[in-house]
Amino acid sequence: MNNVKCECGHANPVGTVLCEACGNPLLEEIKQGDSPLDMRYEGAARRSQTYNKSIIDKVWNFFSSVKIAVYMIVIVLVASIVGTIFPQEVYIPVPKPASIFYEETYGFIGKIYYLLGFHNLFSSWWYVLLLLMIGISLVVCSLDRMIPLYKALKKQKVKHSINFLTRQRLKAEVSVPAEWGSKLDQLQGFLKKRRYDVRREGDSLLAEKGRFSRWGPYINHIGLIIFLIGALMRLVPGYYLDQYVWVKDGETKKVPETPYYVKSEGFTIDFYEKEDLPEGAGLDNLQGVIKQYQTKAVLYENVNAGLPGSEPKLQEVARHDIIVNHPLKYNDLQLFQSGQRPKAIAALNMTLVNEKTGDKIGKFKIDLYNPQSEYKINDTTTIKMLEYYPDFEFTKDKKPTTKSPNPDNPAFVLNVISPQTPNGEKAWLFLGSYLPAPGTENIFGYEFSMPDLTNITGLMVRKDKSLPVIYFGCFISMLGLVMGFYWQHRRIWIQTERSLVYVAGHTNKNWFGLKNEVLDVFKKASIPVSLVEHGKDGKKVD
Amino acid sequence: MNRSRTWMRLIILGVIFVGISVALYNAFIKDTAAVQANELAPDFILKTLEDNQEFQLSKQAGKGIVLNFWGTWCAPCREEMPALEKMHQEFKDKGVEVIGVNIGESDVTVESFRDTYHISFPILMDRKREITQLYEIGPIPTTYFIDSDGVVKKIVIGGPMAEKTIKENITQILPQQ
Repeated sequence: MNNVKCECGHANPVGTVLCEACGNPLLEEIKQGDSPLDMRYEGAARRSQTYNKSIIDKVWNFFSSVKIAVYMIVIVLVASIVGTIFPQEVYIPVPKPASIFYEETYGFIGKIYYLLGFHNLFSSWWYVLLLLMIGISLVVCSLDRMIPLYKALKKQKVKHSINFLTRQRLKAEVSVPAEWGSKLDQLQGFLKKRRYDVRREGDSLLAEKGRFSRWGPYINHIGLIIFLIGALMRLVPGYYLDQYVWVKDGETKKVPETPYYVKSEGFTIDFYEKEDLPEGAGLDNLQGVIKQYQTKAVLYENVNAGLPGSEPKLQEVARHDIIVNHPLKYNDLQLFQSGQRPKAIAALNMTLVNEKTGDKIGKFKIDLYNPQSEYKINDTTTIKMLEYYPDFEFTKDKKPTTKSPNPDNPAFVLNVISPQTPNGEKAWLFLGSYLPAPGTENIFGYEFSMPDLTNITGLMVRKDKSLPVIYFGCFISMLGLVMGFYWQHRRIWIQTERSLVYVAGHTNKNWFGLKNEVLDVFKKASIPVSLVEHGKDGKKVD
Repeated sequence: MNRSRTWMRLIILGVIFVGISVALYNAFIKDTAAVQANELAPDFILKTLEDNQEFQLSKQAGKGIVLNFWGTWCAPCREEMPALEKMHQEFKDKGVEVIGVNIGESDVTVESFRDTYHISFPILMDRKREITQLYEIGPIPTTYFIDSDGVVKKIVIGGPMAEKTIKENITQILPQQ
């Protein structure tokens, strides 16, 4: 492939817009015009635009297009939105195959939803492929622009062609003033004071500052890539854990997916006392305002975790009073205070009575979480528990059953064996009531005393080793944004050709600031200058 | 120049493509289930309801095992119990045993359920739900058909299973005579 030669003699790579050496436009029709030059990427040849021959070049070309990247992002966004209209396949609430569920529940639209694969969107091949392509595009777009820009800025020269200078958006032409040499020294000094890097070649100079702000977008992209890597790290086994565990007071429970066990030595809820509230604020009648949830927790490690199900051998490793935002921490594991079921019934305190005589025969206690199958009341009387339904309800064919394994609505079938009832006397026992077998003259009845209450604490189990990486990615990304937004890359060219001094300025944003800076510097050197400014559209700005 | 450019681009594209593909494969496509078909079933030990004996899966080599996770609160579990019991009766002398794993319920509840449904196959009591977690049980019933070498041949999630389904899967795990 041939290089393109500029008038100044420099050979530029194909695709160059502005000569690498003198800045003169290479295309004849641009060269002849008089509108401001497009300074994007310093007119350097963008790699993707340079060659377009092999398949690899074409693929590269495709991914280097920001337009295509935007389209891909929009498609993913829209698809993701559509994917939330109906539940995903894994969240189907009833045990039915997806092929039936969607049509049956949502009708025709549901069927289309299923056929187009939206029921399993986030692992569908085309969705994953799009994510992959966006990832590639992010890297290729950055490389394709950053490298030529970097090179162009690095090797820029002080002197440019007049055509380059007179076609900047900010420019002026001044006839050479008296004592120009010393005036130029003064200008150089003032520019340096304003923190410009000044390069001088004879009667010409190039003042530049804030070049690093041009790297902002690319650093932002690097941050995003680090962020993505962090997010993907969560998929590595052992890096991320999000679980939940409910623990009763005094109970020791396994922490899911870990070799640890957690014991609650008591869950408490503190309320604000009247004295805690500011007086006269109208809060006097407020009651039950919660001050703090707290779980006294002990963490154990199971040193016998080899064979699941075998008797655990526990060793205490940590102890902490967990309150909201102050989790128990051990290595990477964190247990957060997250839920509560205070004053849940744990056990029923019962008295067996003789209904005929009113005699109290004896007391017994039913643990709702682990009831005994037999309760010995005295030497001659035992109660056998025949059935236990923790969350009682009837099935469709009127058979007793339990709705869940939680003791929310316990019901029992008890059988009293005593000298009067050697064959037993059966009765249903519910919360607060009992029901003898129909058609029998029952002897025994039950009295309820205050049940044992327990507090159940809900602990969120978290482990996230990817967090430092994610925070680091966010930091880098923010750094890139700040670099790009709060600094500008400003350049001022001053070049003397025979009797004329050409002044030109360029910045990537805040033209007003640059203009003021140029005017101020020239004013200080007492050189009258009338700047001409053009807008982005090439029209003159007054 | 031309050569090296093509190679450079190919390498960059290749590295990104492979990297992101691996990441996405891990994220979305790879089956990360704890128990997978044609792989060894994770070993565990649990006590039985009847006589508090220890049952260890790896000690059942030579026998086919139908491992059924259930709870009395789950309607499809209740519905498939008679079929499971029938298959247990039919195949227990041919080297395939049905084993129920009850998820965290009390003895009284499970005993009365066993008697109501006339279940004779062994019921393991997963009181701490450790094995339920180990097998990452989602919807119940979930049933694993494990052959005499301890390899999972078929996983049925949800139910109730028809007698025919159970039978078909049992024939896959029948020990060679």
